[in-house]
Order: sequence, then structure tokens, then C-alpha cells
Amino acid sequence: MILQPYDMRMGAGTFHTATTLRALGPEPWNAAFVQPCRRPTDGRYGENPNRLQHYYQYQVILKPSPSDIQELYLKSLAAIGIDPLAHDIRFVEDDWESPTLGAWGLGWEVWCDGMEVTQFTYFQQMGGFDCKPVAGELTYGLERLAMYIQGVDNVYDLAFNTAGVSYGEVFLENERQMSKWNFEVANTDALFDLFAKAEAECRNALAAGVPIAAYEQAVEASHVFNLLQARGVISVQERASYMGRVRDLARSSCEAYAVKMTPEWEAKYPGWSLV
Amino acid sequence: MADFLLELRCEEIPARMQPKAKEDLARLFSDALDKAGLAAASIETFATPRRLALIAKDLPLATAAVSEETKGPKVGAPPQALEGFLRKVGLTAEQLTERDGVYFAVVEKPGRETAAVLAETIPAIIRAFPWPKSMRWGAASLSTESLRWVRPLSGIIALLDDAVVPCEIDGVASGRTTMGHRFHHSGPVEIADAGAYIETLRAAHVIVHFSERCKLIRDGAAKAAAEAGLTLVADEGLVIENAGLTEWPVPLLGRFDEAFLDVPPEVIQLTARVNQKYFVCEDSAGKLANAFICTANIDAIDPAVVIDGNRKVLAARLSDARFFWEQDQKTPLAEHAKKLERITFHEKLGTVADKVERVAKLARWLCEEGIVAGDPALAEQAARLCKADLVTEMVGEFPELQGLMGGYYAAKEGLPQDVSDAIRDHYKPVGQGDDVPTAPVTVAVSLADKLDTLVGFFAIDEKPTGSKDPFALRRATLAINALSSANSLRFSFKNAINAQPIIGPDTDSFTIFERLYGHGFEHRSERGAQEIHDNENIETLADDILSFVVDRLKVQQREAGVRHDLIDAVFALGGEDDLVRLLARVHALQAFVTTEDGTNLLAGYKRAANILKKEGFKAAPAEAALSYTPEPAEKALIDALGAAAPRAAEAVEAERFADAMAALATLRAPIDRFFEEVTVNAEEADKRSSRLALLGRFRDAVHRVADFSRIEG
Repeated sequence: MILQPYDMRMGAGTFHTATTLRALGPEPWNAAFVQPCRRPTDGRYGENPNRLQHYYQYQVILKPSPSDIQELYLKSLAAIGIDPLAHDIRFVEDDWESPTLGAWGLGWEVWCDGMEVTQFTYFQQMGGFDCKPVAGELTYGLERLAMYIQGVDNVYDLAFNTAGVSYGEVFLENERQMSKWNFEVANTDALFDLFAKAEAECRNALAAGVPIAAYEQAVEASHVFNLLQARGVISVQERASYMGRVRDLARSSCEAYAVKMTPEWEAKYPGWSLV
Repeated sequence: MADFLLELRCEEIPARMQPKAKEDLARLFSDALDKAGLAAASIETFATPRRLALIAKDLPLATAAVSEETKGPKVGAPPQALEGFLRKVGLTAEQLTERDGVYFAVVEKPGRETAAVLAETIPAIIRAFPWPKSMRWGAASLSTESLRWVRPLSGIIALLDDAVVPCEIDGVASGRTTMGHRFHHSGPVEIADAGAYIETLRAAHVIVHFSERCKLIRDGAAKAAAEAGLTLVADEGLVIENAGLTEWPVPLLGRFDEAFLDVPPEVIQLTARVNQKYFVCEDSAGKLANAFICTANIDAIDPAVVIDGNRKVLAARLSDARFFWEQDQKTPLAEHAKKLERITFHEKLGTVADKVERVAKLARWLCEEGIVAGDPALAEQAARLCKADLVTEMVGEFPELQGLMGGYYAAKEGLPQDVSDAIRDHYKPVGQGDDVPTAPVTVAVSLADKLDTLVGFFAIDEKPTGSKDPFALRRATLAINALSSANSLRFSFKNAINAQPIIGPDTDSFTIFERLYGHGFEHRSERGAQEIHDNENIETLADDILSFVVDRLKVQQREAGVRHDLIDAVFALGGEDDLVRLLARVHALQAFVTTEDGTNLLAGYKRAANILKKEGFKAAPAEAALSYTPEPAEKALIDALGAAAPRAAEAVEAERFADAMAALATLRAPIDRFFEEVTVNAEEADKRSSRLALLGRFRDAVHRVADFSRIEG
């Protein structure tokens, strides 16, 4: 199933409900989508050849993880022109953990000639619940792969299309302005306010029994927290406390979603239980 | 006899786990053999990213028959007892044997086929395997009870000679089929038997011997460097890691832009090593060269393509490192240091900035007191900057560069070399075997830093207990001892503790003693003082710390062959808190007690001490005129003691410990003779008490050198 990006600011494709929420429960789920990602602290004002505060991930989620998932993945690389006898492809241990989502998994970062091109994870827990069954998540770094295939050293030199438009022409000015806004301009009082409002709205939605809406507010709070970090207004001591608050929102939302869906799941899969 | 091959194939096993996994497999397998009463002539294990394997040679084809005897109730015991026993052993009454009025059940267990034992053993090993982290996968993971393995398990080979040992675990059945190299060999690989395993896989581009891959990488990297006219910087950790990442390792040398060599070599090496697992090389002058060696897992169609890809990745990493290097230098260290106020050192010991303040004062004091022959102003300056690099971008990225980067940045700022060296090296020594600083300013800062840590955590009752030492106080103490003895630092430990300023979150600076007692500092925050410690007795704190330090000294000196009981014997005298002097004394004592004089004197001492103890004799009175004529041996001891006691005391005072021992040695003959010829427990009360007093004075004289009662043997 090919899905569209989630229409919110988020730090990674994993935040898409098609990944987080759908990793819960017993039902098979096979989906793929592109997700624009925002990481304010990674901004480099357009001056670093491969660090961006806004970039794209292509995410594939396969539940349950198929037994030939590695072979499928390698075929996907071959399909975009990466020959594994010409390029050195390696699966290097990289376990994934998102305290924010109460989630963790084991897997690898996939190297192509030393460059990390994909994050490959078998989800073991999500929202504090064991994944039953386990989903396999593949996260491709689109810019990196494109740089690879096109043989360019600088992301802004990528050809965006075959009509001569470069990635830089599309995004360079955006990187400059957004880096400046993330690091220097964003009104921090307004951000603190936004954080508090997202937190309150998340609780409101949870109380009303609409956990998907609550989850959206958790995603919002997470991104606002990242912006506050980029503005450098959160001290070391406060940082842990803010992260705890975001984690609490995200986990509560996942948990509420799982609990709400459980009767349906149990009915379809006799013998299955959430815990 | 038969050879057995086991291969457990799975998706890529983390490199770091492979060496331990080999050991675990060998252990679990041989334990299982033991339990079954089987033994192999040899067990060899193999690991690659995609398989864990074992070959056991010369296994018997069956286990030996055994007869097991179980003791039952007495003959004539209540029938319920007998029935219970029969149920337990599964026999009838007629099958029991009787001996000495007791029933015994004898069960003959016939030998089992080894193949059958192995068929049970394999699933048991898989289920019990102690991976540091394991996972579930696939459709079976609908249940949390599904099989766990380090990564999805995809195949099992189990061959006893050329026959498959049939077994199955969670849908994975044993067979003789495996896979070759992921890219160089497509399709399954059939293994005939254990003897064919290694070469069959080699033909499929898999080198199963971990050590052979290590050698290929080690030698191949050295050769690649030599061909480029360079020398490989050997790194065995990287060799092992790359061996765990490859089944067909091919070291390849590439070049990076020379312009990056402006960045400190340690940074380049670390970037290459940690992020990319590359080796680096040196030129003939021993300087870092603009070359890296990566280890590919394929014989690439065109190695230049692989090299170029890796070069680009390294270039991106190095440009980030250079960005940090340049950014960090835009701010002087003193400015960076201000940000330390934002980092908590420990909630009760304030921020890192507070710690720096304490260390600076203590480092200055160590120099001012002449304990360390450094310039007090430079020591203070270095201490104030020593932690500043913790807030730099570079150390944020590579925490292991702490100290080193501060040293570089200080040098770039043009600070005195004593200061930049001290910043660079003040964490040293970080463990046994690490270089111990000798530059005075460095020694002052390093010692002050560790004393502050040790005293601070003891003051807030965060002492190491058992195996728990979360603040690494044992390591700090070993470093204090190493710094003291390598530099012959003469100081009273208790005085150093006394000089230690404590600065907490809410308080001004004052020493622990002052803080705890509040002497003259009543105007300062009492709250902080209460938070810091509820132990009113500062002497106890100082004693606690000192005995902890001496305990560590014993551990440290054990390797150097210094006896712990002798350290106790000197330390037990009390008042010895100068570690250098303590050790000098111990060395002299050790030299003495191993001589014949020493051994005999110790025997004489123990005899005297036993008598005194039995008589409840405490302190010896001053020497008094005797009311009787002493026996010759008694007179001889009195005279010898009269000469030796002041000589020994004087020698100790002057720290001529060998002379002190020599003085004690003169007592050996007289004390031996005294015990041979004189009756201590004389009938006359005055003789008895005088002789006890004499022995008391003898004991005191010995104690002026060391508490011999602590000496073993």
C-alpha cells in the first residue's frame, strides 16, 4: 500500500501513524510512504554538503516481518541501480530506541561503500507494548541515495529532475532561512506557549477518547521541543524534564489507541491479547 | 567415533558479539556433552556475520550404559512410604533390591545414540543462548513466546559424520544446506560433513575462521599501507571489528584531501575509526598521512568505485570535524568555561563550574605548600580551564577527546605550554598502566581533580559498596596513589583533605572541616552544610577516606609484590597518612621480615605479645631500677633495648627506615636468649612485674617501627 506523507512537522518517518500506531495490534500491515522530516538542530544554513534541517525519508513498514525481508530490501537497491558486486553493502549493528515513543527495536544501519543509506529495524516494542507480531521497518535516506546514484558530493548539486533543476534551486534558500529561524529568530515565548497548548490539547483528546488526535498533539509537542532545543533556551536540567513530558504524551496516546482498538483486535484474532 | 558439525545461520550478527558467542557456544555444547556422559577429542567454533558454527571431533557414537541406584525406605517402613517410593522410581516392589535392611531401586539406563542426544541438545542450546540482546521476528512473533535469537534465525546444519541429525526449533529444521557469501555466491551450498565445511564455504566466498579473517585484514591493511609507502597504525580492536563485519574481507586504501590534516591527528583517527571503522596510516616521519584503509566485504568489480564512495563519506565526516575544530576556536577556553555553570556535576556537589573552582584552589594550595613543585598561578590557571572543553562541539561529538582538545585549544590560544599540557593530561592516569604525569603543573591539577572527587563523594556519603562504584572513586584513588608515588609527593593526606574547598550550589567556598563545623563561617549558608553531610565527626570522614586510600594502595601494591599485611602493620600505628613515607617504610619492613633476623624477631615479638596479652598487660611503665640482680640474659636484653630503642626511634624520625630495621635486628639475639634462659613468670612478684615491663618496652620499641602483630606468618 502506498500512502502519502503525514501532513505535520515531524522528526522522522517513524512518527507517521502508519508506522507507530499500525505497529501495534495483530493485523498485517504493509505500507510505504515518503515523509518530509524536520530536524531543527541539524540545520547548517545551507553550508554543509549533506546536513539539512529538512529532508526526505522513504519508509517501508512490513508487519509481520517477512522471512525474506533482507532479500526484498537488497532487490530494492538493485532496482534503483546499486549493484552489490560493484558497491560494498553491509549490515552494521544499529539498534533503535525511541524513549519518546516507548519503542525499541534491533537491526542495522545499511552501509553502501561506508555510507549509511538505510535504517533497518525489527520493532520489538511500541508505546510500551510488545509488538505482536514484530514489524520490519526500512527507512531510506532519499537525498543520500540520490547523491549516490547521481555521483554528486553535495546535496545541493543533485538533479531534482531531468529538466535541469537542481536540489539547491528548490531547497537552498529554504535551508538558509529556516536555519536562521530555527536557531535565531523563532519567538521562544510563543514556542513555550505552543508546547503547553499541545500538551493540554493532548490531554483533552485523551480524555475524550480520541487517541489519534491526542497522538497528533504529542507529535506537535515533540517538534516544538526540538525547536526550543535549537533556540538553546532549554538548560541541561530542564531538558530531561521536557523529554519526559513529551514521552508521557506519546506513550499515553499509543497506549490509549492500543487499548481502544483491543476489543476489535481480539475479536479478529482469538487468543491474541495486548499484554 | 564421529565428527559433528553444527551451524546456526542467521541475519547479520553484530560484530562485537561474535567473539563472545563463539565462547558461549563452545561452553554450552561441552556442558551438554558432559551432562550426557559424552566427550569430544576437540571442539572448535567459528563465527561470521551470518553464522555461528562448531565442529566437535571424535565423538563416541553412543553414550555408555549406566546403572542408577536410588535409596528407598527401610524394610518394614509404613506401606505408604514404600508406595510413594515405588511411584517415584516407577518400579514394582519385586524389582527393588534390599541391602542392610534398606530398599534400593536400581535402574539400568542403556547407552543412548549420540545422534539422539544431539537432537535434544541443539534446540536446548538455541533456547538457552545468552545473547546480550535478542529479538523476536516474523509471523510467529504474534506470540511473545516465540523463539528469540540475536537476529532472525534462518537455518541449522547438524551433521554427525555425513548424516543429518534431525531436529527442529520454531519451524527451522536441521539439514545440510547453508548459504555462501551474500553477493558472491547465489543459491544454497550443500555440506557433505564436518571435514568439508571450511573448504566448501571458502569456495562459496566465506572464510569461516574468525582468526583467519583477522589475519587477512591485519596483513592486507599493512600491505596496502606499505604499497603506498606508508605504515599502518596498528589497531587490533578494529581488526576484530572488521572481521566481524565481513565474510570475505578485502582491505582497500584510499586517500582523503590533505587539507583535512590541519585538524588534530587524534580527531581524524577517531572520526575514521569510530564512525567508519577505517584504519589510518603514518608517513615515514611518523606523522598521520592523508590515507585511510577500509575493509570491504566483496572483491569489487572496480575497487576504485568502493574506495571513492568511502572517501566521500570520510570527507563529509572530516568536514564536520573541521567545522567543530574551527567553531570551537572562535571562543576562548575561559568563555567556554563559563558554560560549565549549566552542567550539574552532582546534585549535592554543585555544577562542574563549582568543581572547577574547588580544583583550582586545591591545585594552587598543593603548589603553595611545596607538595608539588609547580607554579601556583599556572596550576590555578590550568585548573580553571581544564574542564572547558567539555562544552566544545568537538568533545560533544567525541567525548573520549576530553582533555586532549582542551590542550589543543589552549595551545592555539597561546597559553603557556605548562598550562596546555596540564589541561591535556589532567585526566591521567586513567587506569593501571596508563602514563602517570610528571610535569608539576599537570600533577597539581590532576591530583587536585581526583582529591576533590574522592573527598566530595565521601562527604556526601556516596562511597563505593561492593562491586558498585558509580563515581569511579576506586579509579580516582588508584590515580592519586600513582601520582604520589611516581612523583614522590610528600604530604599529609589529612591536611590535603582539610585544605579541600567545598563549593556547593548554595554556598561560598570553605573547607569540609569548616563546612561541617562551621568554625568562623557562621555567616555562610548553613543549609548547604546540612545538605552536604550529616556526619558531625570530621575525623571519621578523614579516617574513612584514608583507610579507603590505603586499601586501594594494598590492591595496587600487590602487583608490585608488596605484602598487604605489611602495609597494615605500618598503617595500624596510626598517624601515617603520608603515602610515600608509608610505602618507604613498608619496603624496608618487607626487606627485613624476609631475613633470618626478621623472621626470628617476629617469632620473639609474637611470644612476648602473647605473654603480655595473657597477663592483661597494657602499657609499659617507664624503665625503673630493679630491686634484684638481673640474670645475664635479662641484663643483656635490657642493655640491647636501651641501645636499640632510641636508635630505631631516631631512624624512623629521620626516615632512615633500613636503619630502623637494623636497630631492631640487634634485638633478635637478646630476645631469643631471654626466652631461653629467663623465666618471666617468676615466683617473686617484683621479678615478674619487672620482666613483664621489660617485654612491654620491647613490644613498644618494635611498634615504633611497625605493628608486628599485623604481620602474618
